[in-house]
Amino acid sequence: MRLKLVPSDTSINFLKFYRFAGIFSSLLVLGSIGLFAIVGLNLGIDFRGGILIEARHNSGKADIAKLRGELETLGLGDISLQGFGTDTDILVRIQRQNGDEKAQIAAIQLVSKTLGNDYDVRRTEFVGPTIGAELAEKGIMAVVCALLAIMVYIWFRFEWQFSVAAILAVTHDVLSTIGLFALTNFEFNLATVAAILTIAGYSINDTVVVFDRVRENLRRYKSFNLVDILNKSLNETLSRTVMTSVTTLLALIAIVIFGGAVLRDFAIAMIWGVLIGTYSSVFVAVGLLSRFDLKQNDDDDGVETPQYERS
Amino acid sequence: MLQFELWKKLLVLLIAFVGIVYALPNIVGNNDGAGFLPGKQINLGLDLQGGSHLLLRVDVDAVKKERLEDLGESIRRDFRGKKIRFSDLNVGSDAVSLTVRDMDVNETVQRIFIDYGNDYSTENEGRVYKLVFNEVGFAAMQTRTVDQSIEIIRRRLDPEGTKEPIIQRQGLDRILVQLPGVDDPEAVKRLLGRTAKLTFQLVDMQMTAAEAMQRGRTPAGTMLMDSENDDGRKYLIEKRVMVSGEMLDGATANFDQNNRPAVSFTLNSNGARRFGKVTGENIGRPFAIILDGKVVSAPTIQSQIFGNGQITGDFSVAETNELALVLRAGALPAPLIILEERSIGPGLGADSISAGKFATIIGLVLVAIYMVLSYGFFGGLAVGALTVNIILIIAALSALQATLTLPGIAGIVLTMGMAVDANVLVFERIREELAKGRSAIAAIESGYQRAISTIIDSNLTTLFAALFLYIFGSGPIKGFAVTLGIGITTSMFTAVMVTRLFIVIWVERKRPTKFVL
Repeated sequence: MRLKLVPSDTSINFLKFYRFAGIFSSLLVLGSIGLFAIVGLNLGIDFRGGILIEARHNSGKADIAKLRGELETLGLGDISLQGFGTDTDILVRIQRQNGDEKAQIAAIQLVSKTLGNDYDVRRTEFVGPTIGAELAEKGIMAVVCALLAIMVYIWFRFEWQFSVAAILAVTHDVLSTIGLFALTNFEFNLATVAAILTIAGYSINDTVVVFDRVRENLRRYKSFNLVDILNKSLNETLSRTVMTSVTTLLALIAIVIFGGAVLRDFAIAMIWGVLIGTYSSVFVAVGLLSRFDLKQNDDDDGVETPQYERS
Repeated sequence: MLQFELWKKLLVLLIAFVGIVYALPNIVGNNDGAGFLPGKQINLGLDLQGGSHLLLRVDVDAVKKERLEDLGESIRRDFRGKKIRFSDLNVGSDAVSLTVRDMDVNETVQRIFIDYGNDYSTENEGRVYKLVFNEVGFAAMQTRTVDQSIEIIRRRLDPEGTKEPIIQRQGLDRILVQLPGVDDPEAVKRLLGRTAKLTFQLVDMQMTAAEAMQRGRTPAGTMLMDSENDDGRKYLIEKRVMVSGEMLDGATANFDQNNRPAVSFTLNSNGARRFGKVTGENIGRPFAIILDGKVVSAPTIQSQIFGNGQITGDFSVAETNELALVLRAGALPAPLIILEERSIGPGLGADSISAGKFATIIGLVLVAIYMVLSYGFFGGLAVGALTVNIILIIAALSALQATLTLPGIAGIVLTMGMAVDANVLVFERIREELAKGRSAIAAIESGYQRAISTIIDSNLTTLFAALFLYIFGSGPIKGFAVTLGIGITTSMFTAVMVTRLFIVIWVERKRPTKFVL
C-alpha cells in the first residue's frame, strides 16, 4: 500500500478557476502593496538601526513587568521587551538613539547594567544607522538581481511568454510575503530577506517543473488546444508538486518546533512561501500562460504519436 | 541509461568515500584531523560558537584635523623663524590659510611650503596663501591610519597571540573584527573605545583655570582641559608635551602606597631623559597626566623623576588592568567608531547547535518516513541518497572551510526537504511510464531521461537565488547562501548519480520485469 495524497489519474480543470484565482491574486497583491504602504513593515534593527539584547534569567522565571518598569526609567525612548522562546529568556529592543554611534554603545551599557546580575546577556546586536541603510540597499539589490537572473534564464531556456508568466508569479509571491509581514507585524530583518529569496527560488523551481511539462506536451500534442495542454501538464505534475511541498513542509515544521527561537520566524515565513509558491505555480504562472498565444509547432524533435487516452 | 559504466560507478563510490573521509572529523570530534584524516572540522560561525563581530570605522577626519592643526603650528613657527609677518592664520577642515603682510615674500613662503611635503598643494592669490591637504596625501594618510589601527587593535585584543581574531580592512576606512569565544563583549568595546593617547604636560601657573575662563581667553601656548572623573573641574595646561605614550616602555596594573588601584609605567631611554630634564627644572610645580584629552590627575613634582612613574586616579582594578593593556599596546592613531556589533554568548551558540542538530535529525526522519510510505523500496533508496547528500554537504563545508551559521543549518534542513524533489521527479516519471505499460527497465530508463532536464532547470534557478544571497548577504546570511548552494549541488549529484547507482545495482541483481512504484 502506498501513501498517495494525490491519485495518479487526476483530471482537474485547473484553468476553470482562472478567473477566480486572478481576482484572488490581484486582491492579494494589491492588498499587500496597500498594507505595505499604509501599515508599513516592522523593520528590525538590521535595517532601521538600533539595539537588540537577548538575556536569560539565571535563576528562574524572568519578571518581564518588573524589568519593563526599570527599563522605562532609563529614558532610552521606545523600548520593547518580550519573552523569547522560554519563560526565562527575554528580548529587549531599543530604538535608535539620538546622536552618533557612541550614544548607541552607551545605551547598550545602560541596559546591561539594568539587567544586572540577575540576567546573563546571551546576545547583543547593534546596527548603526549607516550600516542599516546599506543592508537595506543590499537586500533590495539581492532580490531584484535574483529576479532578473531568473527571468533571463527562463527566457533563455523557454519562450519569452514563459519568462513573463514565471516572473509575474514570483513577484506575486514576493509581494504577498511582504504583505504577510505587514499584516502580522512580524519583524522584517536580514533573515526575512533570505527567506524571501529562498521562497522565490522554491516557487520558480516549482513553476519550472510545470513549464517543462507544458513545453513537452506542446510539442507532443499539437492538435490539442492550449487550455487542455496546460490542464494536462498540471495534472501530470500535480503528484510531484504535492509530494515536494509536503517534504519541504515537513522539514520546515521540524525547524519551527525544534530549531530554536531564532530560526522560528524564518521557518514560518518559508512555510508561507511554500504554500503561496505552490499556489502561484499552478494558478498564476500557468493561468497567465493560458492568456498567451503560444506557438505549438516550433520544434519537431521528440514528437511522439498522440496517445492522450484517459483510462 | 541503465548501462552504468564501471568508471561511473567507481566515481560515485569514490566521491561518497571522499565525502565520508572529510565529514568524519566532525563526528569523531577531533580537531587535529585525528592524525590520519585529512580534513578539518566545520568552521562554526560566531553565532554558533559564540563571539563578537564588530564593524568599526576609523575616524580618519580626526587625524586629518590633527595634521592640519600641527601644520598650522609649523607654519606659525617657521614664519616667525624667517621673520615673515602674517595674519588670519586659519585652520579649516581641509586646508590652512593665511595672509602675509608684505608683498615680496613669495619665494621664501614657497620654500617653506615645499618642506611640508607632497601631501599639501599650495594655492596663492595675492597675499593670501592656502595650503590644501590634497587627495593623494589624504589617501596615503587613510591607508596608514587604518593599517596602524589594525595593528594596535590586534595587540589590544590578542596580546598573547593565541585567540586567532580576524581583523580585516573593509573598504576605505572600515575594519572588521571577528573575535571568537568572547565572554564579555562590553570589555572588548571598552578596549577599542579609547584611543589611549597618553601625554604628560605641565600645568600652567600664570593664572588659574577659573581666571582663564573668566577672561574668556587662555594665555598663548596653553589650553583648558576637563578632568577625567566628570567633576567639572578644569585645568589650564601648557600645550607643550613633556612625554607622550610612544615613549612608554611598559605598563602594569598594581597599587599605590594607599593601596588604591594604579598603573605603573616605565619610560624608554629617550622618554626618561626628557622626563628627567623637565621634572628637574620644575620641582614644586604640578604636571598633568592626560589620557585622551582629559586630565587623569595632576600631581606636584616632588623630585626629579626619570624612568618610572605611577598613574593614579579614580580607577577600579579592572580599569587599571585595561588601561595598562591599552598603554602597552600603544595609542590608536584615530578614534574608532562602532558601526555594527553582533555578540553571541557561548551558551546561546551551544543551544543553537543542539537545536539545529535536533531539527535536522527530526526533519530527516520525517522526510524518510514520508518517502518510504509514498514510494516503498524506492523511497528507501532515495533516503539512502539523502543520507549521502547530508554527508556530502558536511564534507564540502569542512573541505572548503566555509562557515556554518545558524541560518546555514536552516539551509541544510531546507535542502533536505528540497533534495528529495529530484528523486520525486524521477519516480513520478517512472510511475507515468509504468502506467503507459512500459516494461520495468524501459520505464526506469525513460523516467530518468525525461526528468533530467527538469531537474537541471529547476535547480539552476534556485542556485541563482543562492548566488545573489551570497553576493549581497552578510555574515550569517552568507552562511545560509553557502549551505543552500552546496546543498543544491550535492542534491543534484546524489539524486541523479547515487539513487541511480542504487537502482542500477538493484536492477542488475533482481532483473525485474515488473514492479510497483
